[in-house]
Amino acid sequence: MSSFLSAIFEPGFFGNQPVQVALLVGGLVALVSGVVGTFTVLRGQAFAGHALADVGAAGGSSAFLLGISPLFGFVGIGVLAAGVMEMIGIRRPRGRDLATGIVLGAGLGLAALFLYLDATFSNTTGATITVLFGSMFVISSSLIPMIAIFSLLALATVLVLFRPLLLSSVSSDLARTRGVPVRLIGVLYLLALAVAVSLSALTIGAILSTALLIGPAAAALRLTGKPGLAMILSALIGLVATWLGILLAYDSFYWPPQQHGWPVSFFVVTLVFLFYLLAQPLGRARLARSQR
Amino acid sequence: MFASFMTSTWTVATIAAVVAGVVGFFIVLRGSAFVADAVPQGAFAGAAGASLIGVNTLVGLVVFALAGALGIGWLGRRSRHDVATALALVVMLGLGALFLSMSNEYAPEIYSLLFGEVLGVSSSEVAPVAVLGAACVGAILILYRPLLLSSVMPELGEARGIRSGRVETCFLVVVALATSMALPVVGALLIFSLMIGPPAAARSFTSNPQFALVLSVVIALVTVWTAIAASFVWNWPVGFFVGTLSAVSYGVGRGWAHRRRTRAVPSDQRQALAA
Repeated sequence: MSSFLSAIFEPGFFGNQPVQVALLVGGLVALVSGVVGTFTVLRGQAFAGHALADVGAAGGSSAFLLGISPLFGFVGIGVLAAGVMEMIGIRRPRGRDLATGIVLGAGLGLAALFLYLDATFSNTTGATITVLFGSMFVISSSLIPMIAIFSLLALATVLVLFRPLLLSSVSSDLARTRGVPVRLIGVLYLLALAVAVSLSALTIGAILSTALLIGPAAAALRLTGKPGLAMILSALIGLVATWLGILLAYDSFYWPPQQHGWPVSFFVVTLVFLFYLLAQPLGRARLARSQR
Repeated sequence: MFASFMTSTWTVATIAAVVAGVVGFFIVLRGSAFVADAVPQGAFAGAAGASLIGVNTLVGLVVFALAGALGIGWLGRRSRHDVATALALVVMLGLGALFLSMSNEYAPEIYSLLFGEVLGVSSSEVAPVAVLGAACVGAILILYRPLLLSSVMPELGEARGIRSGRVETCFLVVVALATSMALPVVGALLIFSLMIGPPAAARSFTSNPQFALVLSVVIALVTVWTAIAASFVWNWPVGFFVGTLSAVSYGVGRGWAHRRRTRAVPSDQRQALAA
């Protein structure tokens, strides 16, 4: 039994401090992304979610440049970008894509400049890759308390707003007749999304941020029609994918090419995508059963 | 700035701007900005893969861009379009992360693929880019009517016998080709802002589609030329200028449209008063 276990968990997996931090922070971020992402998928704001993660690169690189904590760079620019998107019209379905795209373009332009200046002035050429692709194994443990506080803030916003948010996401007309302040709810949700996404972009990189925001939620919404249940399922799928991904990345140190671990982003993304593909036949079977 | 080693950059950039203006016009019309962002970012992974196995970068770009576009089309048939796009994007980027970790590529090289490089174009790249560009513009011209109709009035298009699924697939392929040719100059992250900013600005200036198309190409050309010149002079990344100028041109277009609307109201009122 123990030899079987040690074949799965390579020796030192649980004793390794970077791995512990990755399991903790990655798990937390995956949970929050799963919950927040359910509404992102329901509201059709996947592009906004992805754009906020990418724009975070501008915040991260400017923080490198100014020498402030990257956490405030990421969250600050995420909230700012969300505000601009809201201002130029994320509410109308037709203008939404465009508003998101223009903000993303401007943000990436700034990121290009800041990263260039970073590389010129402080000689941190690796900044580009760290900011864009992130790595769970290099999270500094001093950031954990702040990350936890911001994550819980985003999580609490979505949970407190659950009912009006759900109503205004499914049918904004109905919500309006019931007296729900649809615009305010939309703004608050976008802010929560901005905070959640910038945190995940900071800790696990822009790729994984989008993957964990959209993938688990889309899979969960295929499995069940109940939004509350979908939220829980989505958080669970995100968590399992993240932890399995970390485990595989740790184990992959002994895979070919020798002595060179595979990136954790690759494993998590692949797992999330597999979950999504698997969810389709399962969801269809559920539908067939409920119709019978 | 106009030295001989810059000739191929200017040529490729000009072709890229024309194609971006034309293709971008339909991207804005169809509201598929996310696809225009996802395809080049995913194609970037292809460049990383190509350098890993030692093939020409352009081949990797085209293969991944095509795979991404077709993947989005395939996934989009079963689920919401934005979800499909996001998933296709992250899968490709996940592969990109894998390729990058296995190759010993320098960080600056990756940076220039992501954010563009004025000097990144060699003269041998001009011919394939020109062919690809001509193919893109030609395809758009052939598809012009069905594309316009199915973008603006999908129901009417269906009634006229236009298969919107097939038109969508063709359009996605064109987007894939257009992005992979512009990528080396403008960078993976900022092609799409060139494809969105100028056409969106053009649409605020005029509602006539032909005129908007021409205007979109002109704005894209001005954006790219200014960006390259500025980048050459100050040595800042091209992507920065492209991203900022695109956003600025969009802002100017919005301001223009707003002013026209607010000016139109008083004159209407004046007419109403006169009547």
